[in-house]
Amino acid sequence: MRRRVDEMDIVVCVKVVPKVEQVRFDPITKTVDRASAENELNDADKNAVEAALQLKDRHGGKVTVLSMGPPFFEPFLKLCVAMGADDAILLSDKAFAGADTYATSYVLAQAIKRLKPDIVLCGESTSDSGTSQVPPQIAEWLGYHNISYVSQISIEDRAVVAKRTVRGGYEVVKVPLPVVVSVELGSNTPRFPDFKRKRWAEREFKITVWTANDLELDLNLTGKTGSRTDVIELQSIAPPQRLRKFLEGSEEEKAKTIVKILKELKT
Amino acid sequence: MGEIWSFVEVGPEGIEDVSLEIIGKAAELGAQSNTRTAAVLTGWGMEEIVKEVSRYPVDKVYYVEHSELAVYDPAKHAMALHQLVEREKPETVLFGATYNGVDIAARLAVRTGAGLIAHVTYLGIDPSDGRLIGHVPGFGGSIVAVCKFRPGVLQIATVRPGVFEKPSPTGREAEIQRFSPDLHPTDGWKIVERHVAKVVDITRAEKVVVAGMGTGGDLTLIKTLAEKMGAQLAVTRPLADLGLAPRDVQVGSTGVSLRSKIALILGVSGASHFVSGIRDVKTVISVNIDRNAPIFQFSDYCVEADLFKLVPRIVEELEKEGG
Ligand SMILES: Cc1cc2nc3c(=O)[nH]c(=O)nc-3n(C[C@H](O)[C@H](O)[C@H](O)COP(=O)(O)OP(=O)(O)OC[C@H]3O[C@@H](n4cnc5c(N)ncnc54)[C@H](O)[C@@H]3O)c2cc1C
Ligand SMILES: Nc1ncnc2c1ncn2[C@@H]1O[C@H](COP(=O)(O)O)[C@@H](O)[C@H]1O
Repeated sequence: MRRRVDEMDIVVCVKVVPKVEQVRFDPITKTVDRASAENELNDADKNAVEAALQLKDRHGGKVTVLSMGPPFFEPFLKLCVAMGADDAILLSDKAFAGADTYATSYVLAQAIKRLKPDIVLCGESTSDSGTSQVPPQIAEWLGYHNISYVSQISIEDRAVVAKRTVRGGYEVVKVPLPVVVSVELGSNTPRFPDFKRKRWAEREFKITVWTANDLELDLNLTGKTGSRTDVIELQSIAPPQRLRKFLEGSEEEKAKTIVKILKELKT
Repeated sequence: MGEIWSFVEVGPEGIEDVSLEIIGKAAELGAQSNTRTAAVLTGWGMEEIVKEVSRYPVDKVYYVEHSELAVYDPAKHAMALHQLVEREKPETVLFGATYNGVDIAARLAVRTGAGLIAHVTYLGIDPSDGRLIGHVPGFGGSIVAVCKFRPGVLQIATVRPGVFEKPSPTGREAEIQRFSPDLHPTDGWKIVERHVAKVVDITRAEKVVVAGMGTGGDLTLIKTLAEKMGAQLAVTRPLADLGLAPRDVQVGSTGVSLRSKIALILGVSGASHFVSGIRDVKTVISVNIDRNAPIFQFSDYCVEADLFKLVPRIVEELEKEGG
């Protein structure tokens, strides 16, 4: 099949995170018990996958999901394939473990260099650490442009036209490809996998796993060794003590009490 | 020893609040560690603002000026800053964790091999070695990671807006140094459209009314109440996602944190991503139709009621009070 001129080769970076509501903190060992929580695809990354699939629907091309993490990420990458992604690559190696955003973005960038896409989509941030730094850092390693907090994307004459949230509103920017775009959480409704494709993804599809040997890497820049920062301690923030007093009575009485509380606070 | 820099951003209403907040923090850290501080601006045709910045507590202002910096383009601004970093070798660069600041900080960190600690809510110096420590809330805001830079790396931190106090002008003017970066005209960002309205900074409001999905997305009633109370209106994330209110008034881990004396919270379930944003509110009153709603765990006064019936009553009572 002949390639259409505007076909998009798209990479989507996704990460698997523990469900925030289920994460338990052990105050004695000062660690997060990730095992007690179920994992899920980072919410904003689902929006990024959906945005990629919409671009593919419009322009044709290929969507590859890319993730750096341990082998338990695999079923979640298959979920992306079930949604409609064409390929999935997991970057998994002991040499990548313990990475901060600097070392994470480096490995992701080196993998993207091998894939040479037109556009890279990420989520706006991850819900576990939520720094929003990985996408612009990937862009800088690659010398690509980047656009953050994007809620709408289109492609016009080899450039991305994107609506991005800014303080007080939004702006529409036009930036030449290749670009790393971070997609705003909640900016679209991720599609449900079709039953047949889901079954195929689960049973037949094979994820590509790349280790450090498959990439051109300076191992001084990866994993814990390559990181520039350390987490020295975790602390749980105790929720503030609240009165938790229920106001009883009729609607009118409740309204009166609320107004009284408001007035007392004024003084 | 290298300086502590604050990257100053300019919005439609002038210097961004968070830029002043980090200048204040930098001054404090500088005094504590005997380190000089500087504010850094990148742009074009900003003489007035640069002068204004020099009146805040900084030892110096660097003005990185180039016509290529007229439009906000993170790659170009990071490249320009990188050149100044090479020349001056600062120890620390602070950014506001804003839509633009985050991008420039991230790109600068890669260019310079710097450490980057993001969205901090606390900054301090480890007395044992003089290195910077930042606190980063994670997991929806219930857990804080205490992060520290590796020795010998440039320390870059982005600071969550509304966390530190804004300093007052000093009554004198700091020295201004101009710097012309070597930038070649290249293809980059073009702004096609921009729609921005004046932003109300709800992080510092005294009284806030927060609307959740229990309002069904119609904010008319809530707006009347807020007006009668003299309160600012805020929303939960789903309402902002629907475009019913700007992202700037969204409370929670991916929005802003409130520090108000009072927050009246209407039709909000109390998800952990939300409640991390009301931690510092003095008094929380919540109205929910469901007596078991989690929000009541995080409230001082819990009101089990249908907000559509209760709010008009409150408005009535306020009117009776003549206020
Ligand atoms: C990564 C990530 C980040 C997030 N960040 C944020 C964030 O920063 N801020 C945020 O708010 N959310 C955030 N969320 C979303 C969050 O998890 C919740 O989905 C959201 O807070 C729920 O909003 P809500 O309480 O308005 O709506 P709902 O959960 O739908 O709650 C509506 C409530 O209204 C009550 N109600 C219904 N009708 C009435 C009535 N007539 N009268 C009174 N009460 C009524 C219901 O009982 C219910 O408790 C985030 C989610 C993710 C995944
Ligand atoms: N380990 C990872 N593997 C793949 N993508 C990642 C990884 N970490 C972060 N990302 C991407 O970068 C985005 C922002 O992450 P963060 O900077 O951690 O908030 C995420 O939504 C992902 O798209």
